[in-house]
Amino acid sequence: MRVLLNVPKTARRGEAVEIKILISHPMESGQRRDEMGKVVPRLIIHDFRCEYNGAEVVRLELFPAVAANPFLSFAARAEASGRFVFSWADDAGVTQTEIAEIEVV
Amino acid sequence: MIGRRQVLVAAGAVVVAGPAWATPGEVAAAVSLVTQGAALQQGQVTLELAQMVENGNAVGVVVSAVPPDGTRVASLHVFAEGNPLPNVLHAVFGPAAFAPKLATRIRLATSQTVVAVAVMADGSCWTNSVTVMVTLAACLE
Repeated sequence: MRVLLNVPKTARRGEAVEIKILISHPMESGQRRDEMGKVVPRLIIHDFRCEYNGAEVVRLELFPAVAANPFLSFAARAEASGRFVFSWADDAGVTQTEIAEIEVV
Repeated sequence: MIGRRQVLVAAGAVVVAGPAWATPGEVAAAVSLVTQGAALQQGQVTLELAQMVENGNAVGVVVSAVPPDGTRVASLHVFAEGNPLPNVLHAVFGPAAFAPKLATRIRLATSQTVVAVAVMADGSCWTNSVTVMVTLAACLE
């Protein structure tokens, strides 16, 4: 899945690190019908997780009501230089992980 | 010979079987799964959401909890009372989070009330809601 990830490269200790992530995914709700009238099965990213140097920032359970190409924005507290690890999984079992490095001064 | 106009009129006359909306019982059941029976009190959680939305396919939402006395927020939840399925998202913020706050975009099937619930570390549950008017519903693509 294509991802647009926005994490500042540096931060001051104790500051809020604003994180924005946009994942390319149809988030098929399971409510739509195709031209033949058959229900298009649900296929969404249902779990999302962000960790910062091993500590959890946020863990999300998403449902079909989350819009296609899910956009998520939240903030972490800058502690030490290191990395953010973003991981998610969809209904088809496809998982993806993205990493962003940060330097905390 | 069936003209194009006749085919189009016939197609338009077909009733689109829309999704059934969630019943109030289903919404209550989804919420009580989260509250675990604790009473829902008004306040401490904020839901930023436009009250008038043109396109229900991607509605910006910001949900955050601001407990006054520094109580830890265990989890945040969003429900859409008028969608086919009431759950929208559940969020748990860990020790590395700066604040219990999340922005995202959601789908709204129709004009409805969107509800946010915050469960605090002590088990108390707080709620707030926004009623939204949706001009173009999400489910009827």
